[in-house]
Amino acid sequence: MADTPYAVEMKDIVIRFPGVLANDHVNLTLQKGEIHALLGENGAGKSTLMNVLAGLYKPSSGMISIHGETVNFNSPKDAIAKGIGMVHQHFMLVPTQSVTENILLGLDDPKFIMNLAEYDKKILALQDQYGLKVDPTAKIWQLSVGEQQRVEILKTLYRGANILIFDEPTAVLAPQEIDDLIQTMRSMVAMGKSIIFISHKLQEVTAVADRLTVLRKGVATAEGIRVAGVTREKLAELMVGREVVFRVEKKPQKAGDVILSVEGVSAENNKGIKALNNISLELRKGEILGVAGVAGNGQSELAEVITGLRPCTGSIKINGEEVANQRPSKAIKSGVSHIPEDRTKVGTAPNLTITENTIMKNYGDAPIGNGWSINFTEAREYARGLKKAYDILAPSVRTMARKLSGGNLQKVILAREISSSPKMMVAVQPTRGLDVGAIEAIQTLLLDQRERGTAILLVSEELEELLSLSDRIAVIYEGEIMGIVDAENADINEIGLMMTGTKRSEQ
Amino acid sequence: MNFEIILHSGLATGTILLFAGIGAIFAERSGILNLGVEGMMLLGAMAGFSVSLSSGNAWVGLLVAMFAAGILSLAHGLVTIHFQADQVVSGLSLTFLGTGLALVLGEGLTGQNPPLIPDVSIPLLSQIPFIGPVFFENHSILVFVGYLFAPLSWYYIHKTRPGMHLRAVGQKPSAADTMGISVYGVRYFYTFVGGCLAGLAGATISLSVSPGWYSSQTTSGQGWIAIALVIFAQWNPLRAALGGYLFGAIRRGILDLQGPALLFGFANPLYVNSNLGFFLQMTPFLLTIVALVMGSRAAARKRLGSPAALGVPYVRGERGH
Repeated sequence: MADTPYAVEMKDIVIRFPGVLANDHVNLTLQKGEIHALLGENGAGKSTLMNVLAGLYKPSSGMISIHGETVNFNSPKDAIAKGIGMVHQHFMLVPTQSVTENILLGLDDPKFIMNLAEYDKKILALQDQYGLKVDPTAKIWQLSVGEQQRVEILKTLYRGANILIFDEPTAVLAPQEIDDLIQTMRSMVAMGKSIIFISHKLQEVTAVADRLTVLRKGVATAEGIRVAGVTREKLAELMVGREVVFRVEKKPQKAGDVILSVEGVSAENNKGIKALNNISLELRKGEILGVAGVAGNGQSELAEVITGLRPCTGSIKINGEEVANQRPSKAIKSGVSHIPEDRTKVGTAPNLTITENTIMKNYGDAPIGNGWSINFTEAREYARGLKKAYDILAPSVRTMARKLSGGNLQKVILAREISSSPKMMVAVQPTRGLDVGAIEAIQTLLLDQRERGTAILLVSEELEELLSLSDRIAVIYEGEIMGIVDAENADINEIGLMMTGTKRSEQ
Repeated sequence: MNFEIILHSGLATGTILLFAGIGAIFAERSGILNLGVEGMMLLGAMAGFSVSLSSGNAWVGLLVAMFAAGILSLAHGLVTIHFQADQVVSGLSLTFLGTGLALVLGEGLTGQNPPLIPDVSIPLLSQIPFIGPVFFENHSILVFVGYLFAPLSWYYIHKTRPGMHLRAVGQKPSAADTMGISVYGVRYFYTFVGGCLAGLAGATISLSVSPGWYSSQTTSGQGWIAIALVIFAQWNPLRAALGGYLFGAIRRGILDLQGPALLFGFANPLYVNSNLGFFLQMTPFLLTIVALVMGSRAAARKRLGSPAALGVPYVRGERGH
């Protein structure tokens, strides 16, 4: 192995963006015929590093060589010419064009007039070779996500790529499709291709990769170590920079007075179909009540009626005060904070800055507001404080929310919601789609709130999360509470049965 | 009221909208909305007329008209592609700029008689009953160019490699960029093409269809109709051609309706009350406003098949492309 040059060698790569050092002297080597995982949290600089290899960005300094030959890419075309192909996380496909057209995009052949039928045949032959089936005449928008990914892979193979970069390829796939993809990657490696596989999911990496490189905040914390013999815990530590608790510690704590009482509440969903059916529950001070259920069984609607976003029948009292069918501001004034399910559309305003997003609730209060204007110097100071306290990674508080990664965006929301010192918090899927470090941070924040005496209603689809965070778990099915169990000695099978519609037997 | 004449005239005036509309389709297909068509047309009309007068050759005038409007459109390209400014604002400014330039530089052209683009008849084809006289007899050469230009444009956009690249840049610039296509290059090029065609449309007026220089009355708002036509045509050159001819025929038909004192044996209300005629003459512009309002709604645009990246500046690596 020592004599053959690396398929890819990236040396001392530094990438600077205005205000951010995205990659700081990173080294990466890819051997011929291996799968090399590039591991790191969201925003660690993995995609940036790979975009450099794909010719989209130019590094500020550093050297890249391909098969032993030093290269200098000025455009993606140069990288493609050297046999590098990238399967992007957000597919780079034109939805209105056919599979074949997308594969031919940017090539010099056909020269002018396109006889697509002829190229359809070529692409079918290529599909057979790699077992990647997809109808070449179909338009991209007609395809499933898995099929679209196959088109992305075919695009690189058609150009004769022998170094393939997969940018978080499993993030969008169903479990069965993930298996297929891993199979495809293995067979490509068997045919002599080399693969760089970007991921933040530890299980996949240990299952697929030969070696791995870990990035944290733009710095490589492990360079090309062998996967065999590395534990999941060690990898998580390399990614996050400290020991990661896969199950956060929850202190035993006595619940206090009733904060929220929901009685006989029914509501309809957006389609006008009954989503909540005569729901009653109580939530106490310093308690986390988990709501378990398969998605779409009324969890979102429950969160919305409590926060005043959805009309309902029945009674919802917070500290004895009726809040049902009032304006959301009433719920906010009663001390309810809300971590909505959709953090990009409901939780934040994407085109506003971090500052503006953090002051959305208290913009009227001194010293930020004085009733009719906003003091932005104070607002920024306030946002800077939150950015530091909640470890929000962004160039500055003037950064627009849409440029933040999911974990950092969720931290902005939590920072805003927690700093209003809520009596009660409704958190819907607060950790969905986040990486291990961010999940741990968010869960720890929720537990801190519990210790401070906040009553928390936690809606989640992750049973493991509910079991480790909640004091009690309510199981919801078709808008009805099937039963409420203590989290400590809960029987997972029983919860599973309730989630599919079996009522808890009387005790 | 003579159908043959109305259709014949519709084809001639429709050719103006055909060139301007297909030009706008090319630009918009690449993602650049240029509302400056009226200004570019007027500049083209003036430049063509003026150069034909000074050079003594209408074809030279035509070329200069295209080039002048093309150069003007590059100002829009620079502002919206390079500096990523709002395309609506920039396009409107371009109309003012083009109109202003044309009116100042065209001072004194009114009443002059430069050489014009000749009318011709196609032998044999013009002998076909009804179709011959309407389509192939005594038309400007530019009308015949239009017959060929619309289907060729359609073929180019849908069946050729550069056409595919054009569509990709307008639909999903990031996909084109990662495959090594220069998004900026493509957008500049088709902005220029759109400008050239608007200039050609302008010169088609002043050197052929209704020859002469009547300051801002030369184009009389047809640039706006062309922009609306693009939405009606759903960014399809063939439909733009048909729509252009239809608009042309309607305009001529309305004029003809006002002429006779008796219509089908009754007193012609349009002849009796000329205000009704004015009202009818307004209808193409009313339709234009309706189309533009429709076209400004994102949802409606999507349903009509508008290029997804129309009006959106491209910045590599920014989320949301």
